[in-house]
Amino acid sequence: MKHLLSTQDLSRTNAIRILDTAEEMAAVGDREVKKLPALRGRTVVNLFFEDSTRTRISFEAAAKRLSADVINFAAKGSSVSKGESLKDTAQTLSAMGADAVVIRHWASGAPHRLAATDWIDAAVINAGDGTHEHPTQALLDAFTMRRHWAKLAGTESEGADLKGMRVAIAGDVLHSRVARSNVWLLQTLGADVTLVAPPTLLPIGVEKWPCEVSYNLDETLAQGVDAVMMLRVQGERMNASYFPSTREYSRRWGFDDNRLKALDRFGLKDTIIMHPGPMNRGLEISAAAADSPRSTVLAQVRNGVSVRMAALYLLLSGDTREAAAAPVLASAGAAHSTKESN
Amino acid sequence: MPGNTGTYLIRGASILGGAPADLLIRDGVIAETGTGLSADGATVIDAAALVALPGMVDVHTHLREPGREDAETVETGTRAAALGGYTAVHAMANSTPVADTAGVVEQVYSLGRAAGWVDVRPVGAVTVGLAGEQLAELGAMADSRARVRMFSDDGICVHDPVLMRRALEYVKAFDGVVAQHAQEPRLTAGAQMNEGEVSAVLGLTGWPAVAEESIIARDVLLAQHVGSRLHVCHVSTAGSVEIIRWAKQRGINVTAEVTPHHLLLTDDLVRSYDPVFKVNPPLRTDADVQALRAGLADGTIDVVGTDHAPHPSEHKECEWAQAAMGMTGLETALSVVQHTMIETGMMTWADFARVTSTAAARIGRLEDQGRPLEAGEPANVILVDPAARWTVDPYRMATMGRNSPFKGRELPGKVVATFFKGHPTVLDGGLNTPFPYAAAPAGAA
Amino acid sequence: MTFVTSAPVPARTVLNQADIDRALTRIAHEILEANKGSQDLVLLGIPRRGYPLAVRLAEKIAAADSTVDAAAIVGQLDVTMFRDDLSRQGTRPPYPTRLPRTGIDNKVVVLIDDVLYSGRTIRAALDALVDLGRPRIVRLAVLIDRGHRELPIRADHVGKNLPTSSAEKVRVRLEETDTPPGGTPVNEVVIEGGL
Repeated sequence: MKHLLSTQDLSRTNAIRILDTAEEMAAVGDREVKKLPALRGRTVVNLFFEDSTRTRISFEAAAKRLSADVINFAAKGSSVSKGESLKDTAQTLSAMGADAVVIRHWASGAPHRLAATDWIDAAVINAGDGTHEHPTQALLDAFTMRRHWAKLAGTESEGADLKGMRVAIAGDVLHSRVARSNVWLLQTLGADVTLVAPPTLLPIGVEKWPCEVSYNLDETLAQGVDAVMMLRVQGERMNASYFPSTREYSRRWGFDDNRLKALDRFGLKDTIIMHPGPMNRGLEISAAAADSPRSTVLAQVRNGVSVRMAALYLLLSGDTREAAAAPVLASAGAAHSTKESN
Repeated sequence: MPGNTGTYLIRGASILGGAPADLLIRDGVIAETGTGLSADGATVIDAAALVALPGMVDVHTHLREPGREDAETVETGTRAAALGGYTAVHAMANSTPVADTAGVVEQVYSLGRAAGWVDVRPVGAVTVGLAGEQLAELGAMADSRARVRMFSDDGICVHDPVLMRRALEYVKAFDGVVAQHAQEPRLTAGAQMNEGEVSAVLGLTGWPAVAEESIIARDVLLAQHVGSRLHVCHVSTAGSVEIIRWAKQRGINVTAEVTPHHLLLTDDLVRSYDPVFKVNPPLRTDADVQALRAGLADGTIDVVGTDHAPHPSEHKECEWAQAAMGMTGLETALSVVQHTMIETGMMTWADFARVTSTAAARIGRLEDQGRPLEAGEPANVILVDPAARWTVDPYRMATMGRNSPFKGRELPGKVVATFFKGHPTVLDGGLNTPFPYAAAPAGAA
Repeated sequence: MTFVTSAPVPARTVLNQADIDRALTRIAHEILEANKGSQDLVLLGIPRRGYPLAVRLAEKIAAADSTVDAAAIVGQLDVTMFRDDLSRQGTRPPYPTRLPRTGIDNKVVVLIDDVLYSGRTIRAALDALVDLGRPRIVRLAVLIDRGHRELPIRADHVGKNLPTSSAEKVRVRLEETDTPPGGTPVNEVVIEGGL
């Protein structure tokens, strides 16, 4: 694994490896010294072409807990004519010796461009690109679900997957990078996913996705779910005829107080309610649902740091540079592997 | 008739892929055809393994000049055209300034003559500044030295139905044709790629087939209603082929074009997010590719137009959403059509001549292009080695654009020689010299 | 990453099951002797094979001193994140670090590993310990010391000193970590390669 661009090409083995590593990273957060020296001397650049304080500080905390040097680069220019091009920015960061670039971009596929071109040699982590993917968000969601699922089963999280877990993802799937990353990852981990959305907010072609599609949130809840993930409704959708009004949206597709009560009525006592944040309280999720004991919103934020530590650690500590480093380090590597490898 | 262009004896070329024959080219015309022609005083070209075809005519070329000389000039673009087997190109109107006046089309026409590699026939804009609000001076352009017959806002759809109706009606006065870029603008706001399975996964705003098909459906009905001539640029979907087939069956005077890239490439390539595959209209699905091939083979689609659209590298070396739309095509068109249509058994070389030359010249009303390879006809002739195989390298092309989507592909077929008005602009697969307008008598055009 | 060598490598056994057991018994007694009893003892095994060795040693200490609860003095200390040679190693998830309930502050911590070689693992272990607490004394016990130290580190208790060339590989196989699924348990130390 050299880059983390998408969950679609993430194998089950690698996904579980990231989640398992994140468990160990989480344990560090409970220690007196919440810092590991693993990435000492490595430089991680947070390259943000789109504002997202939450994601940036999560990655920043993750990198710092691993002792990496962190450079925050906010490049908000939205056109070639106005700002520096992605290519020039990448080459600048390369010249500054970045080992990893955490990139957030409004354009789908921008992280793929960084990874595929020779503009920069660093490991690339997709921190959300346009309406494409947000792989670390999906990993932290899966991490949160896996802890819950393992606890219900009375087993350890480590090494486990999500086999048999029923997950409903509700809201603006069309524009959601979180939904896309989750669909692929949850499918890889064995969960059964149902997308719930108004037809206007589902992409043409969704029928080819490895999940069920429903237009009716109540029916989906009644059939039984173990986790409900509510997606954020972006303000700019509200005036583009994707749905008639916010009131109608929240009545049909929002997780309101009635649906919260319905979970109890259906006997779904262990169902959790998830949201990637930031929440529109009263629109896609009611305050009571967001604050209920079922809500994992804060756990998701907490787990985000662990998952991002795991991703940075696995990308930066591993075989990413081995092609170049191998000839020089062959003997040293062999010496260490005498007792480490098996 | 022009003189001073030399005498060439093409010996043993397969005429339109058929029986071998000799072609004697003298003073700009095919002087004689037959076998065992005398080589007296002529430069002899052994064409035993070559196919002789009429010079190709592109109905859809972006030469970028005036205004974007960093992307392409008439000189570089027409060199590419000659190397690709073309003897005429229609230069699209979306230059800067827009070719919406007699002055601009005459300038482009003159630049073409000054370059001398191919006939450059300017396309006039339908509306002033391509703004879709007011008709450009179509008559003035038609009457100019450039003798414009094709009008197009290509790049932008003439979406106002009233304006489209008026344009179709008006060009009847001088036997013009409106070449429509069929793209419903509201259905394609912010669109980045074909809408379907791949766009759903990639999170790129979809460009639905219906945005093209609905405009074509409207326009063929308008053309029928006003009894005018409509040309549909770069048809890209199976549904569009169906609609045009239906229109032709009803006797509507519509012609259609397909690009080489839409005959070969699909939206699956967008998974790389490499903007070299970003084009308008977008690459579609394999089902569309198959329908376009079938449509071209059965005559529903009349011509192959390259939509050659060179861009400077900085417009492609960026994020997908930032990148310009377009692909180069002049130097790969013959190979791609051979690969997709001839090597699949769907077309013969005679069909090739129809879709790349004869029909294209008829749409553009170019009297001395797309003619039969017979004695007395203008000597716009190319020689093609169909057995050649080559690997596309954009850096070895004559066009300034490096944005070839075929980069790295091995393709069949190579243009060995191009005769433009009896003068070899290309010999031995490389550029020779431009047509010597200055040396030719005044009537050479 | 794990590499599986397909070609057969010449190997000779230097310790068998009984040898290992004898060596551990001796080390257990040495630890008790050096500590003048079992007071404040904590045994931390370094993954993977240091941990089962620590468990075995704790059981032997408990057998010798009935006041000791073997499970209560054993822990695991992962050093992956503290290594100075991460990029030279294949990526692997870190192992859990588990300390005895008593913690390690003011304890006598004995680090347990299978093979002592360059000393870099132990250096990393000392760093890891510092972040977890402040032991009174830290000692080191290893099953094999094969020489070739790159740092000023030595073991307090050694099962067997094994002079090796750096071309050779020392393989420790323990039934807890190296029994293939459905296979027979194995406990041995072998030397592969070299001359």
